[in-house]
Amino acid sequence: MSTALRRWVLAIGAAGLGALLVGAFAALPDFGTGAHPYGDRATSESLARHTANVVSAVNFDQRAFDTLGEESILFAAVLGTVVLLRQTRDEDRVPPGSARVDPWVRRYALALLPVALVTGLYVVAHGQLSPGGGFQGGVIAATAVHLLYIGADYRALERIRPMGLYEVGDAIGEAGYLLVGVVGLLAGASFLANTLPHGTFNTLASGGTVPLLNAAVGIEVACAVVVLVSRFLDQAVEITDDAKSGKDGAR
Amino acid sequence: MMHVLPYLVAGWIFLVGCYGLATSRHLVHAVGCLSVCQAATYVLLLAVGYRTGGTAPVNSDMAPRSRPLVDPVVQALALTDVVVGATVTALLLALVIQVAKRHGTADPDELSELRG
Repeated sequence: MSTALRRWVLAIGAAGLGALLVGAFAALPDFGTGAHPYGDRATSESLARHTANVVSAVNFDQRAFDTLGEESILFAAVLGTVVLLRQTRDEDRVPPGSARVDPWVRRYALALLPVALVTGLYVVAHGQLSPGGGFQGGVIAATAVHLLYIGADYRALERIRPMGLYEVGDAIGEAGYLLVGVVGLLAGASFLANTLPHGTFNTLASGGTVPLLNAAVGIEVACAVVVLVSRFLDQAVEITDDAKSGKDGAR
Repeated sequence: MMHVLPYLVAGWIFLVGCYGLATSRHLVHAVGCLSVCQAATYVLLLAVGYRTGGTAPVNSDMAPRSRPLVDPVVQALALTDVVVGATVTALLLALVIQVAKRHGTADPDELSELRG
């Protein structure tokens, strides 16, 4: 199909879809108004379970099973990336050399590293109280580790990043979520039911299983992001083509 | 106009992403355009859940039920969307690296032939 023809097909399709969307949007409740029956019920339910952050209550209590699926997508995507980016036969691994870093960049990165790490852990731990939770905090903690790559060099990062440990941590996070779910079964309720004591409203120990599930997700996300980034960094820093044949090397 | 504008913005972002996907000359660019398409769903979800005068659905620093809250259910859905989108983008980028290694190109138009 020629480029011009392809653009015409796209234009007709986009115009049709655009017309359908405008028609659908006109039938939606006006922006900022409208009844939110599910939102109101979710808020009441989260207050009943002593969870201050309603979004966390929805994710880790009211539809915790759904979040298990979401977490499994993350797990599977990381697994797929690790398999896709593994070193192949026609590639060599070269040890990366040290690089010169501007002293100000180094100081800034190294000063920020502990701050970012603590912020990540704080966001995970306070997921049931304040905006945040395992997904967001895990990403912040994983980012903190990589400040070492910016501030020092790749070899420094490798020293604090034993890959096997993070891969195991990824699996532990996933398994921990399932084990917390089994607690509901042991208590005679359904899988992932929030059966633990709900605690005092607006304290760290409130929310029953919500903080535990938050922590499991936090561990998994932090480890998963470190594994993901390390695979992409490997491609850029460590792995090179064996010979010039690498480009067209049919197999 | 104001009462449908945020929805229209979501639709517009989606169509812009589609345009980028169709005219892409590089696979990394295509993956980026797919992320733009997905960003449209965040805008749509958050626009559906907004309530005039509403505050964040977090009750830690105010008396519960003292103010209207925006819909927490769609916010939870947007959170799901972000996480899945980020990991799937990573997986697609890994595929792009493999395609570039095996075929020596990342232009979708040059990837028409099959190769074992």
